[in-house]
Amino acid sequence: MTCSNDKMVAGASLNETEFFKKQTRVALRNCGVIDPCNINEYIARDGYAALGKVLTEMSSEDVIQTLLDSGLRGRGGAGFPTGLKWKFAAANADDQKYVCCNADEGDPGAFMDRSVLEGDPHVVLEAMAIAGYAIGATQGYIYVRAEYPVAVERLQLAIKQAREYGLLGKNIFESGFDFDIDLRLGAGAFVCGEETALMTSIEGKRGEPHPRPPFPAKSGLFKKPTILNNVETWANIPQIILNGADWFAGMGTEKSKGTKVFALGGKIKNTGLVEIPMGTPLREVVEEIGGGIPGGKKFKAAQTGGPSGGCIPAQHFDVAIDYDNLIAIGSMMGSGGLIVMDEDNCMVDIAKFFLEFTVDESCGKCTPCRVGTRRLLEMLDKITKGQGTMQDLEEMKELCLYIKANSLCGLGQTAPNPVLSTLNYFYDEYVAHVKDKRCPAGVCKDLLSFTIDKDKCIGCGLCARNCPVNCISQTDYVAPGHKLASYVIDSSKCIKCGACMANCKVGAISKK
Amino acid sequence: MKSLAELQAIKDKTNQELGTVEKRVLVGMATCGIAAGASPVYDVLANGVQGDLAKTVSVKQTGCVGICQYEPVVEIYEGDKRTTYVKMTAEKAQKVLEDHIKNGKVVYEYTIGANN
Amino acid sequence: MSLKSTVPFKGTKEQEQQLKAIIEAEKNNKGCLIPIMQKAQNIYGYLPIEVQKIIAEGLSISLQEVYGVSTFYSFFSLYPKGEYQISVCLGTACYVKGSGDVFEKLQQVLGIKDGECTADGKFSISACRCIGACGLAPVMTINGDVYGRLTPNEVEGILAKY
Repeated sequence: MTCSNDKMVAGASLNETEFFKKQTRVALRNCGVIDPCNINEYIARDGYAALGKVLTEMSSEDVIQTLLDSGLRGRGGAGFPTGLKWKFAAANADDQKYVCCNADEGDPGAFMDRSVLEGDPHVVLEAMAIAGYAIGATQGYIYVRAEYPVAVERLQLAIKQAREYGLLGKNIFESGFDFDIDLRLGAGAFVCGEETALMTSIEGKRGEPHPRPPFPAKSGLFKKPTILNNVETWANIPQIILNGADWFAGMGTEKSKGTKVFALGGKIKNTGLVEIPMGTPLREVVEEIGGGIPGGKKFKAAQTGGPSGGCIPAQHFDVAIDYDNLIAIGSMMGSGGLIVMDEDNCMVDIAKFFLEFTVDESCGKCTPCRVGTRRLLEMLDKITKGQGTMQDLEEMKELCLYIKANSLCGLGQTAPNPVLSTLNYFYDEYVAHVKDKRCPAGVCKDLLSFTIDKDKCIGCGLCARNCPVNCISQTDYVAPGHKLASYVIDSSKCIKCGACMANCKVGAISKK
Repeated sequence: MKSLAELQAIKDKTNQELGTVEKRVLVGMATCGIAAGASPVYDVLANGVQGDLAKTVSVKQTGCVGICQYEPVVEIYEGDKRTTYVKMTAEKAQKVLEDHIKNGKVVYEYTIGANN
Repeated sequence: MSLKSTVPFKGTKEQEQQLKAIIEAEKNNKGCLIPIMQKAQNIYGYLPIEVQKIIAEGLSISLQEVYGVSTFYSFFSLYPKGEYQISVCLGTACYVKGSGDVFEKLQQVLGIKDGECTADGKFSISACRCIGACGLAPVMTINGDVYGRLTPNEVEGILAKY
């Protein structure tokens, strides 16, 4: 029922924005639409109908075939075909199998999974139960970050409601199928997003990865056949069951079907969560959906794949986003962080930022990752301080390839990507740091110098009063048209804190 | 849950309940919304919709609609009509409650169209 | 400077009983060690060696095993935290918008480093990875209060409120 006394007000609705119009919402279809704390609202939007259909009409082979036909690939990063993973696990006979959900979203700057868990928790439960039926498992675990208290609370409530309705538990839809789910809270270790490490952590141990094979589909959690999928992957599955494999395969590109959710952030007007069909050009995401870069600045790079991915430079701005295209240009899909950078971001600094992250999060089990990433970071640090040599650049590249080839798990194998991709696309910027001892973006503090334009300076003295090391003093030069003498910075004492520049009211101070 | 019919019955009943509501007010309360200050906004709206008004208006929390920089977000659905209020505060919520929810007048200056 | 190991353990009998009840209730569940440690940290606020010993004894496992887990995960703290816990988001979205500068300013103002606590026990600071409030970047939180779109200049004013 609509209120009749009001005419439509143009532009008053999110529906009318470019941001929204260009999106296709599958995984996010209920986010921001239903009350996540009310199971009935989920059911009203066809919730649990896919589970009902699977349990009453389909064999486990049918379910797996549907997923294979849909072309769904894992949304956690590597893009392994989901149906194939299930098929392997279904083929391994055992008295106990497990279904796990990876909700240990650790990429800095990515929050797709959190949004699904907080906005539509039941979709994950329903999909996991479908997987349980397909592979013959009766127990599921959701491994979720403890740093997501709201998500944890809503998942707990959702599990309780589903149990009360008999949608989890014994003999669901009187089909003889039993399935239950428990939560396990992560404890802040990025490596636990890697599948073998995650399972070791659920077992209550240090979350260290171990070599594959054996793959989890054969010997996973508690040494039993296990499948692990990420939150966004799960969120697609009930829709695929209800609408059919062809519907899903009708979206996207030849080898990447369906949609992908991205957390759009950084130097962009519309920060937010967007779901787009695979194959959408990066330019469209940044300029049309994202509304472009604020302040009239120039696009420099988009970073995808977090610490495992790379920077996509302006020359590849028109790339159609899918798994294979991103790999081909030295980045990767990853879980869906998409950070836009402009001319004020230094690419050497960004590479260093990600390496600091990996060094911190490397579990230490294998040497290439533990020692290699630390050596890489030291070299990057030298370069940002203006102490790097051209030989360092060569050695860095060699070390990157060595770490990629020899690390035990995905964390180490992908850790050098941010360095390799910036070396590849922004080599000039590295050279500027090494040869000219200059940071073109004006970020690396040790290479900066602050200067006062003596003709713009009005002599107010704010800079000198705010300088923590008293290195700014007044000269006896009075610029034409001004009453007071200008100030000057003693660069030998300057600690490059930038306080003078931040306090100057007339913009007379610049950094180079 | 014993059968598809039982599930269908819950679906029908919920849709019927949702259909009797003239205005469905949704407050985005994922972590991002809460961090931006959605809780006091929700309180104003939920406390303001009581008694008879609660028969035709429902105030619910919801997840993230995806427009981070506009949080806190309040959306009002009236049938197919959708109004998106952005960058809400308790004071703005009070005005939306009086003007839009009680009197059916969209407060245009708080909508996404006016803040784009 | 930092409190670290200088603070003596002040656990009470009640806390110990509470912990032992939790161990008793969970010890037969598969993979129960981490959930028990999370609950123990909720009780004590951190996991000093004394608490880890109670857990090891309760589960009949070695202290090394417990210690191995507590030092692996950043969520577990072996030292007490400040009355006001400050977290600065160093997720990518915040970092490219300057959260690194905010973090540096905080360390400078409080005279402590990442993971440390001021001598009076009032503030502790830590870097965290994406709290999902990217629209407000750069962001920091103080005991759950969120401060967004920060600049280093605002840091002192915010601290003065506590």
